[in-house]
Amino acid sequence: MNPALQGLITIIIGVGGCVGYFYGSNLFLDKVLYPARGPHIGRNITRANMIRPWLFLAPALLALTVYLAYPVIETLRLSLTQRLPGGGYEFVGLQNYNKMFAEPKFWEALQNNLLWLIVVPALSTMFGLLAAQLSDRIRWGNLAKSLIFMPMAISFVGAAVIWKLVYDTRPIDQEQIGVLNALYLFFGGSAPQTWLTIPFWNSFFLMIVLIWIQTGFAMVILSAALRGVPEDTIEAAIVDGANPFQIFFKIKVPQIMGTIVVVWTTITIVVLKVFDIVFAMTNGQWETQVLANYMYDKLFRANDWGIGSASAMIIMLLVTPILIWNVYNARKEMR
Amino acid sequence: MDNIVGKKPALTRAVNISMAVLVALWLFPTLGLLVSSFRTADQIASSGWWSSLGTQERQVPAIRVEGAEVARDGRFVIEGRLFATTDARVSAWGTSSREPEAYAPGQVVDLDGGATLTVVEDGAYVLSSPSPTAGTRLPRIFSTAATPPEFTTENYRAILFDPKNTDGMAKAFFNTLTVTIPATIIPILVAAFAAYALAWMDFPGRALLIAAIVGLLVVPLQLALIPLLKLHNDIGIGKGYLGTWLAHTGFGLPLAIYLLRNYMVGLPRDIIECAKVDGASDFQIFTKIILPLSFPALASFAIFQFLWTWNDLLVALVFLIDSTGETTVMTKQIVELLGTRGGNWEVLATAAFISIAVPLMVFFAMQKYLVRGLLAGSVK
Repeated sequence: MNPALQGLITIIIGVGGCVGYFYGSNLFLDKVLYPARGPHIGRNITRANMIRPWLFLAPALLALTVYLAYPVIETLRLSLTQRLPGGGYEFVGLQNYNKMFAEPKFWEALQNNLLWLIVVPALSTMFGLLAAQLSDRIRWGNLAKSLIFMPMAISFVGAAVIWKLVYDTRPIDQEQIGVLNALYLFFGGSAPQTWLTIPFWNSFFLMIVLIWIQTGFAMVILSAALRGVPEDTIEAAIVDGANPFQIFFKIKVPQIMGTIVVVWTTITIVVLKVFDIVFAMTNGQWETQVLANYMYDKLFRANDWGIGSASAMIIMLLVTPILIWNVYNARKEMR
Repeated sequence: MDNIVGKKPALTRAVNISMAVLVALWLFPTLGLLVSSFRTADQIASSGWWSSLGTQERQVPAIRVEGAEVARDGRFVIEGRLFATTDARVSAWGTSSREPEAYAPGQVVDLDGGATLTVVEDGAYVLSSPSPTAGTRLPRIFSTAATPPEFTTENYRAILFDPKNTDGMAKAFFNTLTVTIPATIIPILVAAFAAYALAWMDFPGRALLIAAIVGLLVVPLQLALIPLLKLHNDIGIGKGYLGTWLAHTGFGLPLAIYLLRNYMVGLPRDIIECAKVDGASDFQIFTKIILPLSFPALASFAIFQFLWTWNDLLVALVFLIDSTGETTVMTKQIVELLGTRGGNWEVLATAAFISIAVPLMVFFAMQKYLVRGLLAGSVK
């Protein structure tokens, strides 16, 4: 069947099914199961109202359980087992983890990931704050914001291509078509560099791509927060003779610290999951491996589900503190 | 307090300049790809894209003399042009690769066998030979010329509309569209009902469910790959569109529910209570009041989900693309091209820009909703 047709049918079945389910189940509840008439009308209405929320929630809960909650448990189980030839699993305890810890490639990935975790959120937030502060002060601020925000719409893969062109290298006797090498030679570099193959520094060239994408996000959120800073605190500072830098760092930044933390943690989560950029640009060669790509390698290239699941659990472990922090904050707010 | 800057022109100028630099830095890489996608392979390989925007002087690859031979005054003459455009300005030319800049434009040069060749400034050349040239090797012309900016849409034609091109993106484009649209619409509907229940219905365990959804918001989808692939294989879906749609729906739901619930909670209580007093059922309240009022939040999430599914690589790699490659999506196709056509920037740039163009259009058209969604989704 033509996939486009299949897609169309899926939309119709999916949307129609959802509407039909919600409408039908409500109708069934109100008219058949607990009709709002007859001798038990009061009891029936109460019961119907007890069940209704679960009717509304059921499809979502089912999808969330199957697609997010169950996999966490299952991955944990897989990370403690080993596939037997001919099917079946054998419980092996922490063997997968031990094997993984013995691999230098894992430590390289972990090390790089930690580097990413420090550099990317810090620089994205910093540039975002800078762009937010500057763009609020100029007439073409909205246009400027749009243009800095734009990379958010670009896929990681597209961004990888964009930046590969920036980092492109040609032999020294040809004209350089990558901006970076052209600038490097212009400012007195001796020979064009293949930027993505220089260990340690190449990770930074990959990080630039993610910073480029995430700065817009940070800017949008921080800009809203900056506008929310009460005017009288700033006025008071001006009256006291504070200069613009003091106003920014001593008055505004402390007041939006909460938002800065939110932005920082959100970007941290993105960093932990970063896969496409490394996969498309270096595929973990030249010591640029990160956990998500390491996991993909193990799962789908080496076909080792045990170690693959174990490395996925490491990612989960790194996310957990932020998860707890978010849940804690959300609950505090609801009260 | 705009007056701080407004009162000091020097500071205003500094702010304007730094912002311009920042914007230029952010725009420059994308611009490079866009410009490159409109240049020919030769142009891309011989000069940086930034120099193509103005008139540039460069060494043109050798061009062999060709054209119809005309007998004139007892000699055999071939006339032709080096460039399609007449705006080119030749500054030097030559007939051998060792001396590509040996002659000045307009100079008449004697070749072997009594032939003469001349190239004038605008790129026109005349080869005049005492005997017919048929069957002999005609000379090559090396030239250094300043050519005005020159762009072509040929790359796009080759990549989108040439069915024989194995690097083509047409199929991948439609596959991506096929993945994206159902994967955007279905979660919205499912999430909207759940969000309404979590926002406006009272039942035991509600707070716990909301907390669970906030938690699921950050669960890395990497954990879901193997268990779900196993599950899909066990229930017979295998790799294909259906599994991909389901996966995108599952992964998109926490954000959808979270965004929509936050928005719905903020709707005025009076409206809903009035409707209840008038005898509207929950189902009616939801479809007639809540859904229309929640349009901004629905739009925000729709954009997020659209961008995310359109730009996704990992989910497609794991759940969709099988060994036949029939269901490849654009991101996968581009990664493939990066591997096989790493140096062919005319192919890469065009392919990448085709995949980027749609999200960019959506972005610029609906930026307002995207910003709103981001603010609702993270500022707490």
